[in-house]
Amino acid sequence: MPEAVLDRAHEDVHKTQPWNNPDAVPYIRFENVTKKFGDFYAVDDVSLDIYRHELFALLGGSGCGKTTLLRMLAGFEEPTSGKIFIDGVDMAGVPAYERPTNMMFQSYALFPHMSVEQNVAFGLVQDGVSRAEIKEQVADMLALVQMTKFAKRKPHQLSGGQRQRVALARSLVKRPKVLLLDEPLGALDKKLREQTQFELVNIQEKVGTTFVMVTHDQEEAMTMASRIAVMNEGVINQIGTPFELYEYPNSRYTANFLGQVNLIEGVLVDDDEKYAVIKSDEANCDIYIDHAVQGHEGMTFWVALRPERLRLTKDAPEDTKYNCLSGKVEEIGYLGGISTYHVRLETGKRIKVTEPNSTRQIEPRYTWEDSVWVSWEAGAASVLNK
Amino acid sequence: MSGKRSTFLISALVFGFAFLYVPILLVIVYSFNEGKLVTVWAGFSTKWYVSLFNNDGMIDAAWNSLRIGVMSATLALALGTPAGLVMSRFGRFKGRTLFSGMIAAPLVMPEVITGLSLLLLFVTLEQLIGWPAGRGLSTITIAHTTFCAAYVAVVVQSRLSGMDISVEEAAMDLGAKPGKIFFVITLPMILPALMAGWLLSFTLSLDDLVIASFVAGPGSTTLPMKVFSSVRLGVSPEINALATLIILAVSILIVIASILILRSERLRNRAANGGAEAT
Repeated sequence: MPEAVLDRAHEDVHKTQPWNNPDAVPYIRFENVTKKFGDFYAVDDVSLDIYRHELFALLGGSGCGKTTLLRMLAGFEEPTSGKIFIDGVDMAGVPAYERPTNMMFQSYALFPHMSVEQNVAFGLVQDGVSRAEIKEQVADMLALVQMTKFAKRKPHQLSGGQRQRVALARSLVKRPKVLLLDEPLGALDKKLREQTQFELVNIQEKVGTTFVMVTHDQEEAMTMASRIAVMNEGVINQIGTPFELYEYPNSRYTANFLGQVNLIEGVLVDDDEKYAVIKSDEANCDIYIDHAVQGHEGMTFWVALRPERLRLTKDAPEDTKYNCLSGKVEEIGYLGGISTYHVRLETGKRIKVTEPNSTRQIEPRYTWEDSVWVSWEAGAASVLNK
Repeated sequence: MSGKRSTFLISALVFGFAFLYVPILLVIVYSFNEGKLVTVWAGFSTKWYVSLFNNDGMIDAAWNSLRIGVMSATLALALGTPAGLVMSRFGRFKGRTLFSGMIAAPLVMPEVITGLSLLLLFVTLEQLIGWPAGRGLSTITIAHTTFCAAYVAVVVQSRLSGMDISVEEAAMDLGAKPGKIFFVITLPMILPALMAGWLLSFTLSLDDLVIASFVAGPGSTTLPMKVFSSVRLGVSPEINALATLIILAVSILIVIASILILRSERLRNRAANGGAEAT
């Protein structure tokens, strides 16, 4: 490939993936931020860089510190220690009403005694913007979220989805440097949520604002975010694109949190530069990994296998030495598009396998108590050490 | 089976309400009595209402009571609202339980003690700084304000605790400073509670006899005091007429207060449950 083309390719990557560009300056920076409530560490020594135009998701279960992190960015909480920068400015001591951030609340927090129009205009009124300009900007915003028709209504006359749009318009109208979203779709039902996910991404692309979103829903995070930070007990477990997190989790927690996974505990018995072999009491075969593993022989590892990467067969595969478990079908879940099978190995370990139903079957392929083999490609497994 | 149960329930209901309201009904009925004897019916007449309105002592006392009621309800609102705000918004601080206990204490304090202690305070103050000079309308107003403020504080606190705090945070996030948030966001949202608190205070002030008797002075006789003293001289049918009017006024105020509270509750629920009725 000519060098000029390569350079341009690099440039593109640096533009779309600033986190891979060592020269890129982060737009939001958390530096060793800790927040204590009494003796409880809600956020524990978190450092995090978020770049301009990103749609960044903080993902984790309840009480993992994701909302506290967001509220510290908004200025509702001050860090116990550490520093937060937005666009190079230290946010210490800057009150919420002077920060270049706006927040969309989980409950939407619309002002119940004001109309849709007045709600959206509120932020501009505080800034002393002229009346004509307010009118114009509010109209633009309502058009963007398709709520022009409802401008005169009060919040209690709107449906959940409509309120969500008003809340979005209200938080975007001041053109904040960063928009914070606290479980933005948490209050919507499933169908509406899926539709709104894409709408929100489209709006983000249109206005170009940096979005930082908090969610406990891994599907939502993966659909919308450019990058995700998986949090647990006040600490960031792993940061990466949805692809990186799903394909290369760094821990059992991340592997479990994003999608489904079978974890097999075992000991490294053969360690080479090109491959590794793990022996497990839980599996009735040895596990062959097609790449080197960071560690020494005798160390405990967990092999993570995604259910959809496993093959289910009635006959034994050709090579049964490695990556080939045998057991009995214990449970079957027919979901239409896919079927899930729970296979009980002789060791007692249960393995979950999903298979696409890509052709119409007259009868189910497997039934309860069938003896089956579970096998996989050597490249399908991830090896985790924590 | 259900018929049997409902007979029992209906008779319980009738008896309960009879117990509560027959005495009041009797007062209302006898206020239209022609005769001078309170307990003997002698035909329909409205003459006691006419004579009530010609009774200057009664009218003066009613006027005093109204002025004291309006003043102390307004003052109670001004004092009780900040107290309620502090109790629900200040978070945890040292002595919070003590503070909220002290705010609620006047609600359960025996009136005799409240009256006596306030009387002692006023007398001491007069000796020390010369104010209040004697006792009268102003001392009664101050006394009523103390326990009415406690009611307002409790009403405001319960309204604020039910309010989504993120609404205030949203206002701050959009650039409003704390002082402004209170007047532009919080106050409009708790307005129904404030009105209910005011009406409640007004009613309580109108009703009080014991505390007013302690801290009243010459020329500041309130309506309950006047009624009580005239009853000691013998019950006149005029009192029945007066009682009927008071019952009417109080009922109207209580109904208005309840409607205000109910409506704000319903608005809040609707806001919380999503707009199921919206199109």
